[in-house]
Amino acid sequence: MARITAGVATSHVPAIGAAIDNGRSGEDYWKPVFAGYEKSKGWIAGAKPDVVILVYNDHASAFSLELIPTFAIGCAESFAPADEGWGPRPVPTVQGHPELAWHLAQSLILDEFDMTIVNRMDVDHGLTVPLSLMFGQPDAWPCKVIPLAVNVVQYPPPTGNRCFKLGQAIARAVASFPQDLNVQVWGTGGMSHQLQGPRAGLINREFDLAFLDRLVEDPEVQARVPHIDYVREAGSEGIELVMWLIMRGALTRQVRELHRFYHVPASNTAVGHLILEPVPE
Amino acid sequence: MAENPFKDIPGTTLFDAEQSRKGYHLNMFCMSLMKAPNREAFKADERAYLDRYPMTQAQKQTVLDRDWNGMLALGGNIYFTSKIAATDGLSFQQIAAVMSGVSQADYAAMMLAGGRTIEGNRSKGGV
Repeated sequence: MARITAGVATSHVPAIGAAIDNGRSGEDYWKPVFAGYEKSKGWIAGAKPDVVILVYNDHASAFSLELIPTFAIGCAESFAPADEGWGPRPVPTVQGHPELAWHLAQSLILDEFDMTIVNRMDVDHGLTVPLSLMFGQPDAWPCKVIPLAVNVVQYPPPTGNRCFKLGQAIARAVASFPQDLNVQVWGTGGMSHQLQGPRAGLINREFDLAFLDRLVEDPEVQARVPHIDYVREAGSEGIELVMWLIMRGALTRQVRELHRFYHVPASNTAVGHLILEPVPE
Repeated sequence: MAENPFKDIPGTTLFDAEQSRKGYHLNMFCMSLMKAPNREAFKADERAYLDRYPMTQAQKQTVLDRDWNGMLALGGNIYFTSKIAATDGLSFQQIAAVMSGVSQADYAAMMLAGGRTIEGNRSKGGV
């Protein structure tokens, strides 16, 4: 049986990817950011996931305004790094797991989550920066990845509660997959940041730290927080945090927190990171 | 209908249905800059390139003027308009400084000091 062995949450700031790709991760500005992921790299080398279900959002790379799926699941054999206007990131092509991805799509749809099935999709920094943070710069990513793209660009994104319930449905779907697979679910994006308008640069440490606490301890309470609170308190792009609730929903009610990291700033953004393990009831 | 609470957030344009409808062609023009040949064509003659898209004159002018806040007001979305910035060789932080009306040095210093504070920035009422 496939089983979910851990959840990871992390910001996916594009400038972090650029720092890695341009060999600038040792600079004073970036050192504290990457220091927060040293423990994570050691942990994941031992945890050895077979598959990561990677929840992220596309930033007008694969999806423009022509087509805006709320929840899209990548079922392809592989996914190429997107050209976001500077040329594609020099990172390995992402290998999918079509069999599990199709099983998830079918199970989720029959479980009343109407997923969009994607057979061709380039993946942008939202997906590749978390891989770089956790795995560094290998010649090939050490696991399969199932991209799960969430619309958080066009208002309204799905509610936090819908995201949390999707995570629970993912847990049911993974548990019904007959192969013996070690599966992790990652939630990415956030934390507080605003990229647009006169309020650009907004950071709300208090909100972020409270979010981390509640995500771990009281996810049902966090799931009920409305969009307006995220946009007002965590910035217009801070609303990406609803994606972390998908990861959390896929874990057990109680979790063990293995690692927590918080740092301001990476470019315009507060960086947050969690590693959680399920605690079977 | 009750007052839209998002309109009470200062310095913030929510990319909602109204903005998306208004800005569709502006954003799709931005999307075209994902391809290198289009970036070259735009740089060679910006006005002629913009005329390929059924955008309003006002929208085209905000692009020509690199009026980043003006683009947002006319339906632009930051993930799309930032493709113009990429074409210009500007970073997200550089246009964020312009949009918030400060120098890049001051903006970078603000971020290093913990970012723009939430106090006074929650509501147009100054909370």
